[in-house]
Amino acid sequence: MDDTAPIIRVQNLVKKFGDVTAVDDVSFDVRRAEIFAFLGPNGAGKTTTIRMLTTLLHPTSGSLELDGLDPTSRRNEVRQRIGVVFQDPSLDQDLTAWENMDIHGVLYGVPRRERHERAEKLLELFELADRKKSLVKTFSGGMRRRLEIARGLLHTPRVLFLDEPTLGLDPQSRNQMWTHVQNLNQSDGVTVFLTTHYMDEADRVAHRIAVIDHGRIVAIGSPAELKTRTNSESLEQAFLALTGSAIREESVGAADRMREAARMWRRR
Amino acid sequence: MMRVVFALWMREVRKYFRSPAQMLGTLGSPVMYLGVLGFGLGPIFQRAGEGSYLQFMAPGIMCMTILFTSTFSGMALLWDRQFGFLKETLVAPVPRLTIMLGRTVGGATVALFQGLLVFLVSLIAGFRPAHVLVVPTAILVMALVALVFSAMGTIIGSSLKEMQGFQIIMNFLVMPIFFLSGALYPLRNLPVALTVLTRIDPLTYGVDALRGVLIGNTHFGLALDILALAFAAMLLLMLGAMRFSKIEV
Repeated sequence: MDDTAPIIRVQNLVKKFGDVTAVDDVSFDVRRAEIFAFLGPNGAGKTTTIRMLTTLLHPTSGSLELDGLDPTSRRNEVRQRIGVVFQDPSLDQDLTAWENMDIHGVLYGVPRRERHERAEKLLELFELADRKKSLVKTFSGGMRRRLEIARGLLHTPRVLFLDEPTLGLDPQSRNQMWTHVQNLNQSDGVTVFLTTHYMDEADRVAHRIAVIDHGRIVAIGSPAELKTRTNSESLEQAFLALTGSAIREESVGAADRMREAARMWRRR
Repeated sequence: MMRVVFALWMREVRKYFRSPAQMLGTLGSPVMYLGVLGFGLGPIFQRAGEGSYLQFMAPGIMCMTILFTSTFSGMALLWDRQFGFLKETLVAPVPRLTIMLGRTVGGATVALFQGLLVFLVSLIAGFRPAHVLVVPTAILVMALVALVFSAMGTIIGSSLKEMQGFQIIMNFLVMPIFFLSGALYPLRNLPVALTVLTRIDPLTYGVDALRGVLIGNTHFGLALDILALAFAAMLLLMLGAMRFSKIEV
């Protein structure tokens, strides 16, 4: 395979839910070993795009390619090549960190020895090695996120998807998490595709940024380019210049209501 | 594929043994049924010429526990797919059927353990099976009942969209399944409507089979019971696999 070819190629992607167009003719490329950020207001179509790239949703039209493969038709091969960290937590809280890693390895068919070696290494890397035998429910929010990322990397994916990974984390945990992700991107060359609401984060870690609004890409480029283009001091200003300052009314679905309930249950 | 099913099964079992509080907590209602109903209605049952009520109802209460435990673990799927580990399994390069089987069989195993626990409790309360040697067969029957209702739980858990549906399922499906199963009363001489309803309730055959094995008292005969249970298990597992494959994350 051509190493200079983009690892993700999206062309004229459209996704409609009934008569609502969530993603409207989106095209972009993500280069290998790049950290690519997807920014946009609520309901802009970020998560929908990620769900299509991660094989969870079929596009209405347009073409998708991940490492040369179509996620809609070669689902399992694509899944083998990606690591996904969802917006909502997906760890088993009643298992230990190690068990969470191990079961992930089994799901991805990683042979036992390699599985254990990688798990050791990744837990070490994400500063969780000394807590590997503790139940996840005793972990802080930041530790859980780190564990999810470590787990997502266990099967050596080519692309790591992070959907709002720092939501609800304190600045220290956010900072630490991004440092780890950046190190990993540099050392292993894993491509990172992320979404976030925090502009400072995107400014700091992303090589390139796509700003999406109302299901369309309104700008794409490096953080510096976006700032120059909009004559802005900060990425936040650039973002507001590109997407306007109107607040988006997002309709509330079942998942949001459950999220609400989850917040009430969680002791904070 | 088997490795994945095993890993998911192991996960459920491990979690069960790790939470003794939950294990004992869910024993509350069976103990109450056995203790209060068993001894409270005992004298009347005896006077009606039906023998010991405790002997009669204990297998029913074991089945009740299995029913509740397995449908609960199935319904937990709803939460698990949004905020839990299930979501992670759904993006893994593994067929959905594998995941559904691991989870359902795991849930059934946990329910079986809980049923065995109630069996022990009922021994303490004074329940006596016909013979020690019937116990292994009784365990097989319980396992079959557990499989039927975890499959049902999987169907419910994959179909529900919100937690609110929980109450409805509890009141209009799970409780009726229990009360119509003949766990608490003999199936003879019932009004026509009740006779019909009890016959379409899969738990009826579970309770009858377990009672048949444990105390040699069956209404339909063991062969028919097992046949009905096996049929229900197959049907519900198939439906469960279909529903599960349609889950969207």
